[in-house]
Amino acid sequence: MKTVFKRTPTYKDVPTHYCPGCGHGIAHRLLAEVIDELDIRDRTIGIAPVGCAVLEYDYIDVDMVEVAHGRAPAVATGMKRTNPDKIIFSYQGDGDLASIGAGEILHAGHRGEQITVIFINNAVYGMTGGQMAPTTMLNQVTTTTPKGRNAVEQGYPMQVCELLAVLPGTIYIERCAMSNPAAIKNAKKALRHAFELQVEGAQGMSLVEILSPCPTYWRMNPPDAMAWIDREMVKAFPLGKIK
Amino acid sequence: MQDTKNELYEELIIAGFGGQGIMLAGKLLAQTAMNCGREVTYMPSYGAEVRGGTANCMLVIADNEIACPVVGKPDSLVVMNKASLNKFAPILKNNGLLIFNSSLIDIEPDVDESIEVIRLPADELAVELGSIKAANMVALGAYLQARGFLDIESAIQALPEILAERYHKTLPLNSEALRRGAQFAAGAIRR
Amino acid sequence: MKVNTELTTTKRVLMCGNEALAEAAIIAGVDAYFGYPITPQNEIPAYMAKRMPEEGRVFVQSESELAAINMIFGAAATGKRAMTSSSSPGISLMQEGISYLAGAELPAVIVNVMRGGPGLGNIAASQSDYFQATRGGGHGDYRTIVLAPASAQEMADVMPLAFDLADQYRMPVMILADGLLGQMMEPVLLEKKEKRKLPPKDWALTGAKDRPQNIVRSLWLKEGVLEKLNEKLQARYAQIAENEVLCEQYKVEDSDIVLIAYGISARIVKSAVTKARKEGIKAGWIRPVTLWPFPSEQISKAAEELRIFLTVELSCGQMVEDVKLAVAGKSPVLFFGRTGGGVPTVDDVLNQIRQLTIKHKS
Ligand SMILES: Cc1ncc(C[n+]2csc(CCOP(=O)(O)OP(=O)(O)O)c2C)c(N)n1
Ligand code: SF4
Ligand SMILES: [Mg+2]
Repeated sequence: MKTVFKRTPTYKDVPTHYCPGCGHGIAHRLLAEVIDELDIRDRTIGIAPVGCAVLEYDYIDVDMVEVAHGRAPAVATGMKRTNPDKIIFSYQGDGDLASIGAGEILHAGHRGEQITVIFINNAVYGMTGGQMAPTTMLNQVTTTTPKGRNAVEQGYPMQVCELLAVLPGTIYIERCAMSNPAAIKNAKKALRHAFELQVEGAQGMSLVEILSPCPTYWRMNPPDAMAWIDREMVKAFPLGKIK
Repeated sequence: MQDTKNELYEELIIAGFGGQGIMLAGKLLAQTAMNCGREVTYMPSYGAEVRGGTANCMLVIADNEIACPVVGKPDSLVVMNKASLNKFAPILKNNGLLIFNSSLIDIEPDVDESIEVIRLPADELAVELGSIKAANMVALGAYLQARGFLDIESAIQALPEILAERYHKTLPLNSEALRRGAQFAAGAIRR
Repeated sequence: MKVNTELTTTKRVLMCGNEALAEAAIIAGVDAYFGYPITPQNEIPAYMAKRMPEEGRVFVQSESELAAINMIFGAAATGKRAMTSSSSPGISLMQEGISYLAGAELPAVIVNVMRGGPGLGNIAASQSDYFQATRGGGHGDYRTIVLAPASAQEMADVMPLAFDLADQYRMPVMILADGLLGQMMEPVLLEKKEKRKLPPKDWALTGAKDRPQNIVRSLWLKEGVLEKLNEKLQARYAQIAENEVLCEQYKVEDSDIVLIAYGISARIVKSAVTKARKEGIKAGWIRPVTLWPFPSEQISKAAEELRIFLTVELSCGQMVEDVKLAVAGKSPVLFFGRTGGGVPTVDDVLNQIRQLTIKHKS
């Protein structure tokens, strides 16, 4: 019998708490695979966000810290500056990174911190029950935009990659998606590159944004959620290497 | 200035406007006192207060441990402009010492009879030596001479320690200014 | 790269409190300093910006105090000695991070060179952050150890102690100074102190090499787990209260009136009490050096005999509440203070002593 899926050692063999069809689980697996392929597990330190992925350390078997909402890039700065030989990554949702932590990510990028940022854009606040995020799509219904997001009152979906790409301190920025097997393969390649840069000691911050399904608060079934990324989300968030 | 057991306990305020080198004079006095084995506290005014134009510092110099570094009633007052004279003269202790920069202060200070007053043309003396900037050192020289518990040569020795390296070319000027101030005070007619 | 040119001195040098504190932190082995400018403590980041790189250590000017405290969180999580300094408004912004440090049991040293408040207040010296410092300040059931130096020398002396306490008890330690202490220059002797015997940091995130994964966290969702953690923290706090109280006192036993003050106020009080004694008034003083744990026992003991307690603060009356708790109604507790940048003179305090002791006698 052919093995179709072999668990990579850094991805713990435990059930996750994520909803069926959630993008976080797939992103974790890709992350763990990259860590194992680059053989950096024993010198990697990860930073879990406040958001649905807060328990990430229960799934990824590296040294990890859980930090205040949005502050991961500052924590990463403290870690990397005092431990230049370690590989430091932060894993952050769109509320965490683009809203409450907008200042921290902007300035970590601005200073060119040598860290790797994994940015999960699921267009909502998952953990707190499906409120609007800065990345919520126009007309998307959330608990705090009951009539759909309206640009006049709530602004347009925030394009984090494009914003950060302007900064000389960022060296690699790519937007990927968890919407189909080819896109997922591509996301892994991007993650791998983002870590390789840090391993090589490249001067600056790298960030991979991943458009990630939240079937629960998109009020869709998992296949529809994936299709919605390819059909709708990519209009506001075009895929590909931005920098 | 003197405690009952003849122990030194001198509280002093130096005041003027920003740019007159008030802080530098205070720091030099503090450094000199420390070098000579005294206890000393030096408290500068800081921040917006300085930007507002006035500058002052408080010093306490003593033989033994200094408790309070905040000077409420100074034994001595060195003032370089009129605003500072008006502000601090009323709190000067009886039997204290007042040195004022008569180059900029054209009034007779209204202080208690018991206070020793030295009217020092600090700016003019400094200009004679080559730069008005040395007026602070002229004033400090006069103070040291009038009080007599620290000598001028110790202050001159301490100068390089408090002046940033890039100003070391002004050492001869500042040394001369200290001496000139002392000389003036030695010959001054006091009230 | 370790250069080790730490400026230990065998001779006294004239330094302002802020610089003395900064150099003492370097001597105490601080690995990283993170901070954001604010008066009246700007001498600390300026000093660190120059000295830390000379020592091969880390200095970062953060984009905010929020970031600074989280940079410390990161460095501390990897087992490094990290510190920040700020003044009142900046410390308010750090409260989130301080609570997380407490929850995650991470050591850190935070310096508050207090200024006037509330709001932007002013930059003059003040002691109005006592409540914030000693009650925890942020959310949750936690404490920070609070040390209150009273001279430039003590600004230096508290640093090695602060780092040792933080490491020993795995918690944030705060230095509570004020603008005057920060700016004032005094002769300082900088010596290397022997470190306490400290437990190994086997919890630190160093990469899971040949050991299971380490996790530093403060979220505990499972029923009862957070309660257990909080009980563990409380037991630790009790141990600290038992072992780490520091205070100075003077002629308390032979006194009719005891003044209680910390930091710069204590200096004013000392002079006032000395003057009162010369006038034949039986005055003494107690000066808490640790504000948390508070020297309640010492004060309670002093209150066993009836005498007046007068607390002097640069605030509208904050520490006085702890004094009242300690005295527990056994003696009268009064307050004298100035606020918003006002500083009482020695004579102001002396007059209070005179009035209170006259009233007391009649
Ligand atoms: C200071 C603070 N404010 C608010 C919260 C509540 N909160 C927890 S998670 C979250 C939003 C998370 O959304 P996102 O970052 O998009 O992550 P997701 O759950 O969608 O993966 C919020 C607002 C918090 N924990 N801390
Ligand atoms: S709420 Fe959304 S983001 Fe959170 S676990 Fe469920 S699907 Fe995933
Ligand atoms: Mg989200």
